[in-house]
Amino acid sequence: MQLMRSIDEKSKHLGKEVWKMRNRVAIIGVGMCKFGELWEQNLKDFTLEAGMYAIFDAGVPGSDIDGMVIGNMSAGRFTGQEHLGAFAVDMGGLGDIPAYSVEAACASGGAAVRQAYMAIKSGEHKVMLVLGSEKMSDVNQTEAMNTISVASDWEWEGMFGATFPALYAFMARRHMYEYGTTEEHLAMPTVKNHANAAHNPWAQFQSPVPIDVVMKSGLLADPLRVLHSAPVTDGAAGLVMCSEDLAKKYSDTPVFIEASDQSSDTLALHDRKSITTMNAVVSSTRYALKEANLELKDINVFELHDSFSIGEIILTEDVGIAKKGEGGKALEEGITEIGGKFPVNPSGGLKARGHPVGATGVAQIVELALQLRGDAEKRQVDGAEKALAVNIGGTGATSIVHILGR
Amino acid sequence: MAEQGVASVWRRIKAIYTIQGNMCKTCGSYYFPPRPVCPECRRKGKLELYTFKGLGTIYSYTVVRQAPEDFKRQMPYVIAQVELDEGTRLTAQIVNVDIENVEIGMRVRACFRKIKEFGQGGIIAYGYKFEPTMKVTGHKEKSSPKQKEP
Repeated sequence: MQLMRSIDEKSKHLGKEVWKMRNRVAIIGVGMCKFGELWEQNLKDFTLEAGMYAIFDAGVPGSDIDGMVIGNMSAGRFTGQEHLGAFAVDMGGLGDIPAYSVEAACASGGAAVRQAYMAIKSGEHKVMLVLGSEKMSDVNQTEAMNTISVASDWEWEGMFGATFPALYAFMARRHMYEYGTTEEHLAMPTVKNHANAAHNPWAQFQSPVPIDVVMKSGLLADPLRVLHSAPVTDGAAGLVMCSEDLAKKYSDTPVFIEASDQSSDTLALHDRKSITTMNAVVSSTRYALKEANLELKDINVFELHDSFSIGEIILTEDVGIAKKGEGGKALEEGITEIGGKFPVNPSGGLKARGHPVGATGVAQIVELALQLRGDAEKRQVDGAEKALAVNIGGTGATSIVHILGR
Repeated sequence: MAEQGVASVWRRIKAIYTIQGNMCKTCGSYYFPPRPVCPECRRKGKLELYTFKGLGTIYSYTVVRQAPEDFKRQMPYVIAQVELDEGTRLTAQIVNVDIENVEIGMRVRACFRKIKEFGQGGIIAYGYKFEPTMKVTGHKEKSSPKQKEP
């Protein structure tokens, strides 16, 4: 079922060798609103806030921005509002610039970054505003879960009673069966990410959680518990991106996108040969490292998509930090802590920073840009020069990888 | 919403009622749910309808303890990925079993059950769930062949 093209074939197909020679794409401004259940703000309020922060951070006059793209999964179901491109440009007073939203389930944010990356790389746009946004708390918990569930194969998984946590529980159960991963392992990403988020003023949860509390939290779908799962979050994040030649004009601390890659896999989890590995992550990471001309050991800091803790364990393996089956062991050894060899989710990840689905992919890039600029304060990974983000859609049907460098 | 529609279930009842998928004459792969294109062979593929025998093995499972409105009355329920004997997998509920007896590798067979109601006043969808084969064959519990380690 896997139609994995060889890297060389893909490079040839896309002419990536030629691509690399051209102007790089820079991130010159980052912004976020405080993530959380924002009862007093609607979609417009906090999306505007994140965008404004990004623009002020970049020091770019609004008139220089010539395009906008916003990542959003399902504002239509969450709030009743669609057509977010025009919506955001209008609220931001950005005039008549082209704007649209992109959707790739939980990878919508990553897809927005990638769209802007390609638009700037092609020369069509010079300076772009990238937003990611989601308002999830205006519907009840059940409806929020239903809306997330449509990221999987609704007709053949959701309709038969497989909730989104249930699908990740399939992966967790199988991972435990094949590799001996334990319930302690499943709790470890949560403990680590909450500890990291304690130093992130934008995070939804800024308090550490002891492991026994995680292991005794309510069951969602065995063996997954409430505290293994990313929360319902409102929030937005923004970036200002431009071409390399312009970056120096606006910013003293530009961060560059060294590679942007994306892979797809089957929509339904049951169609995959293995459910303990995400092939889309394996291939998109390989393509990205090749494009950036780097090896995994060159990467100093990671943001990996931990919508459920088993997700972080599987991604740790698929990215190559740990061998297959040893993601739990890597957590035990502290390799993925800040100060470890491969720090993962210094921001707190989706679990503790919060997971407004459309905003997550952008928020990952915001965190990594701050890390590379040395602006991450108490959660700073010392001397970080290269960073890698993996943003997943659904149960791994979409994987978007960005590598940043300074 | 679209999923409330009668047509969305009705147009799939062959597949949902009888586990009808397809099989590619070119490469011999079986597909369920039915696919419009064989992803292995693409334009060279020759897909034919195939009705699965409905026998399989539990590949992975979970117990759903927080469910959408339409499933609340069934909670907690077991849902699994069942590997059909033909080699493809599907997602279905496991019934007629005590939760603590479910395990990876358990032999199961398809049965016809009510799946869900589409909200109040919505249609009732029927289709496949799975149950342990031991219920009908009298095999002693957990005599199922363990799945091979991958």
